[in-house]
Amino acid sequence: MEIVYVYTKKRSEFGRQCNFSDRPAELHVDILPDISLAANFTVRDPCNVTVQCAEEMSEHEVNTERFESESRGINHVEGGWPKDLNPEDMEVTIRYRKKVEKDEHYQNTIMQIAGLMEHCCKQNNATDIYQEFFEEEDDEVVEESEEQPSAKTINVFRDPNEVKRTATSLCWHPDGNHKLAVAYSSLEFQRAPNDMSFDSYIWDIENPNKPEMTLKPVSPLVCLEYNPKDSHILVGGSYNGQIAYWDTRKGSQPAEMSTIEHSHRDPVYKVIWLQSKTGTDIFSASTDGQVLWWDIRKMSEPFERLVLDPSKKGNLDNALGAVSLEFETTMPTKFMVGTEQGLVVSCNRKAKTPAEKIVCTYSGHHGPIYALQRNPFFPKNFLTVADWTARIWSEDIKESSIMWTKYHMAHLLDGCWSPVRPSVFFTVKMDGTLDVWDILFKQNDPTLSLKVCDEALCSIRVQDNGRFLGCGSQLGTTTLLEVSAGLCTLQKNEKAMVSEMFERETKREKILEARHREMRLKERSRSEQSREDEGKEADGEESTEELVARAEREFFDIMEAEKKKEWNEERQREKVKDEKGVCEEKDFQEEHETNGIANAELVSYSDHVRNPFYFHNLMYF
Amino acid sequence: MLDIECAGAEVEETIKRIQSQKGVQGIIIVNAEGIPIKSTLDNSSTVQYAGNVHQLLMKARGMVRDIDPQNDLTFLRVRSKKNEIMIAPDKDYFLIVIQNPTE
Repeated sequence: MEIVYVYTKKRSEFGRQCNFSDRPAELHVDILPDISLAANFTVRDPCNVTVQCAEEMSEHEVNTERFESESRGINHVEGGWPKDLNPEDMEVTIRYRKKVEKDEHYQNTIMQIAGLMEHCCKQNNATDIYQEFFEEEDDEVVEESEEQPSAKTINVFRDPNEVKRTATSLCWHPDGNHKLAVAYSSLEFQRAPNDMSFDSYIWDIENPNKPEMTLKPVSPLVCLEYNPKDSHILVGGSYNGQIAYWDTRKGSQPAEMSTIEHSHRDPVYKVIWLQSKTGTDIFSASTDGQVLWWDIRKMSEPFERLVLDPSKKGNLDNALGAVSLEFETTMPTKFMVGTEQGLVVSCNRKAKTPAEKIVCTYSGHHGPIYALQRNPFFPKNFLTVADWTARIWSEDIKESSIMWTKYHMAHLLDGCWSPVRPSVFFTVKMDGTLDVWDILFKQNDPTLSLKVCDEALCSIRVQDNGRFLGCGSQLGTTTLLEVSAGLCTLQKNEKAMVSEMFERETKREKILEARHREMRLKERSRSEQSREDEGKEADGEESTEELVARAEREFFDIMEAEKKKEWNEERQREKVKDEKGVCEEKDFQEEHETNGIANAELVSYSDHVRNPFYFHNLMYF
Repeated sequence: MLDIECAGAEVEETIKRIQSQKGVQGIIIVNAEGIPIKSTLDNSSTVQYAGNVHQLLMKARGMVRDIDPQNDLTFLRVRSKKNEIMIAPDKDYFLIVIQNPTE
């Protein structure tokens, strides 16, 4: 039962100080025992009770507050010198040393221990007591023992801000790989909260507590790349379409930014450094359909631009939005662009006219191509990651990919080849799993599938030694993983086997393509023949306008025929009624006239009209 | 006087002899306070070795005597991938020799 005590106070007394007073105890509730309840219980006899003669202790958990620690260096100075001696002073120290050397005790001691030392040195030279006796055999043993491929998390770098943003792009430091630059932004359209920070960070992989350096752009960065030639320079493409570059020696603010008028109109999804003599050229791609080339020394405007118009007319309205770029330094004249529409466009930098720049397109994907990379060992083959699959293509086959993974349950958001093994590539999915594929080992399933986190993984980058990889998630958590040795050491014959596999698949696709072409040719010739028989001259590839016109014509023909039929029927009926009565003739005549007018109008319309607007009017007759 | 001078020369000679052994990269003599008295390496390396070795010696000696109080440390060899560091301790001084034993 509920025990309620109502406490009332006058409004005018609110805020007044409380006056406490003593009063005797008041009995509010007296609950008497209910004997009938005892019927629900029975007496327990005997009772088992455990007894122990020990100290009674209770468990209590304590967790200290998170302590933020920072590593700092201390400069040591030579110590041990007597107080009156300045260790920097050369003369004084030399004098001191000479004094010690003259000391007899010193000399005796040294003679003793030097003798012992000499003995050991000679020992070392006589026999190498640590010699490896079974070196060659050890190597073979290591090769045979096949360890399970595995990957383990080494470190996790969390976004230090309250409002978490997606880690959209990662880039390893070119020398030494001890640093990882991560770009953070929110790619959800207009969903970025107002207080979201725009900063991106450079992390030292040893220290996950605090980023080593912060980059403060004007708009959140979507992609970030280190200059492979100069490890202090980074270039970033931002959400508002501008490109900015930083010099890590100069601070967190961008050293220079591109002007808004000449930048992209959509977020810059990928920026890549080019091979050039000055080492300052970059090119960037965005979903506004342009690929722009910049020289970072002069960011006021791009020195070249390409509009991704598949009809090669440079028409921005038709352009395909670019989501990824690919550039291989061994092939500096070619580059590839992955588009939002699922096409991979291969382009030639050296072409004279913009129309020639776009060489060919590869279709086959259903969604935006998030990752595009050539195989570092076989540049003719490239990997694309889009929608629910990852596909491997050969440059020569444009109609379809030569190899593809099955359709997964979640979208694949990024992928890359391993830089040390030609048959290994990594992909990340929207459900937070990382898949490691080894096409020599298994083609249908990933060799290793690891659930890294619960949210979607948006980006992945492998370090140059192939051993470490970083993947960024939707909540800004970057995980550093190490793969097992088997996945990052080149196996014997691997290159030859992979090359064979690619060739075999390419040949298969070529044969299939040829066969398709033949079939299509046959179809075409057959349909052309049948059309000639009917006397029409329809071309197999009509444009949409022609098709529409043809459909209209046919419709009006049908309407005409129907109306004529009705009219004939009416005339028949009139004839019958004429014989019946004359007074009704006038009415009929009028009707006939109106019908005739209507029909005449109808006929004239159908003869001259091609405009669908009139089609509407017809319906109201 | 002559004796002392000879003794001084003997020390020099001994050190030179050790130096001439195959694979020896450097010799350092450090006193109990950590001051390098003599060294064939550059100053920064010398200071590094002197500081670190002292601590290691203390630990090693402590360990030996802990196990058997009658025992004492006579010699310490630290073998690494690139070379071997040999330390001969004494009450007041110690001698460090870095040798790269020929493989």
